Amino acid sequence: MIRLTARTGRLFLELCSFVGELIIFCFRILTNLLVPPFFLRAFFSSIIQIGWLSLPVVGITSFFTGGALALQIYAGGARFNAEEVVPSIVAIGMVRELGPVLGGLMVAARVASSIAAEIGTMKVTEQVDALITLSTEPIKYLVVPRVIAAVLAVPVLVGVGDSIGVLGGYVIGTTRLDFNNAIYLINSINYLEFWDVLSGLIKGAVFGCIISVMGCFFGMRCEKGARGVGQATKSAVVSASVLILAANYFLTEAFFSS
Amino acid sequence: MIEVSDLHKSFDQNNVLKGVNLKISDGKSMVIIGASGQGKSVILKCLLGLIKPDKGLVLLNGIDPNSKEKNIALAKIGMLFQGGALFDSLPVWQNVAFRYLNGKRKISTSEARKIAIDKLNRVGLKDSFADSFPSELSGGMQKRVALARAIATEPEIIFFDEPTTGLDPIMAQVINKLIRELVVEMGVTAVTITHDMQSVRSIADEVALLHAGTIQWTGPLKNIDKSKNKYLNQFISGSGKGPIETLR
Ligand SMILES: Nc1ncnc2c1ncn2[C@@H]1O[C@H](COP(=O)(O)OP(=O)(O)OP(=O)(O)O)[C@@H](O)[C@H]1O
Ligand SMILES: [Mg+2]
Repeated sequence: MIRLTARTGRLFLELCSFVGELIIFCFRILTNLLVPPFFLRAFFSSIIQIGWLSLPVVGITSFFTGGALALQIYAGGARFNAEEVVPSIVAIGMVRELGPVLGGLMVAARVASSIAAEIGTMKVTEQVDALITLSTEPIKYLVVPRVIAAVLAVPVLVGVGDSIGVLGGYVIGTTRLDFNNAIYLINSINYLEFWDVLSGLIKGAVFGCIISVMGCFFGMRCEKGARGVGQATKSAVVSASVLILAANYFLTEAFFSS
Repeated sequence: MIEVSDLHKSFDQNNVLKGVNLKISDGKSMVIIGASGQGKSVILKCLLGLIKPDKGLVLLNGIDPNSKEKNIALAKIGMLFQGGALFDSLPVWQNVAFRYLNGKRKISTSEARKIAIDKLNRVGLKDSFADSFPSELSGGMQKRVALARAIATEPEIIFFDEPTTGLDPIMAQVINKLIRELVVEMGVTAVTITHDMQSVRSIADEVALLHAGTIQWTGPLKNIDKSKNKYLNQFISGSGKGPIETLR
């Protein structure tokens, strides 16, 4: 009993110190965000890494999701003769929820892991120490460019994913479910509001922030060789994914409750 | 001037440094010797503010590297890490010219490249390696690139953590001569860690021997063979018998 209490207590203390570390880390990012020097080269290469190279993954995921969504809603809608809602529901579902969440999760798997592994390896091979001795703040050189790049790139990815998802629904809807091409498109667009799209993009920006901060945070606190790097990578992906889903709920609540 | 006074550092139960005192005057070359695992690299990291001492004070030209002013001190310091610590995402020449490509000392790319190649030549590397990536080089070559990076901005103080380990004897002599030249001709203050007695004899003005967490002996190079210090005698002769145990 005493041992159990002790262990719970220790776990709780560890959690507190972990959260504290994370808050300090975020604070350090903020204080370094707007103060020169800026590392443009690192920023552009992060845009390529996070944005451009994630396009195929996000595109393919969205296409199949849009297609599957069309089939599901058609089957569900058929139960009360509401098959014609397929285009608008696919569009709204994609843009408000599935585009950002699935896009965010795919990018988390791809990017949070690679950021954590790269920075973690730099940490254990003393490259981060070397940066300090070369008068370069690691947060500025390694973290800030990645965070800014992710916050800008993930909404764009989400936008592209939204469009491809709608396209997926359109392709399935017109080939498998005998919708008329023009009517499908008109229905997709007519019921979609600007706010639906914008809220999805805002979610994307928040998810981008979560992904990059988690990748960098676990990379920077990485210790003890290859095993540490593996652990950092795992923790980064898991925590980024969980936080994305949690943040998604709260954002949705905030956006649509009123 | 580098001053280390009463420096203590432990990792968990492992008391590595237990009161190290050192004084290195400007333009002098100090060589720290000592058995493997005694905390020589830890001393250098404390000097650079990378490891926070538990107790004691470190001053580089009067500046504490753990204080807010550490960037003033670091701007004039070069460091060669024991493992090289090259940035593996950058080609060799950008590693060497890192300070000229980023931050306060930024200059044009072509000029930076010229300086980088000049420094690479000084550590015995041909121009053709400038565009290679560190992972494409051998261990000894990486070490020399790291050395070129440490000396690239002509710092006033340079720390060398085992500059010649992993090099062939010819290249080791080249590097020893280079370090000596930096001290004698450029007036650099150098702190070198090495296990190699030939290096000690070619680089040092002063020698310090670290064992069991404290400096056991320190003095000018010419005194090392006359000394009666048991630790130093054992270290120089490399004998298995003496106060330095072989199972540590
Ligand atoms: N970051 C760290 N965390 C925990 N222990 C450490 C750390 N760095 C060094 N140590 C410990 O400190 C001791 C001294 O290490 P250090 O690297 O300074 O040895 P050294 O004298 O440079 O040896 P060598 O000649 O083999 O390089 C070792 O016992 C090592 O385990
Ligand atoms: Mg060492």
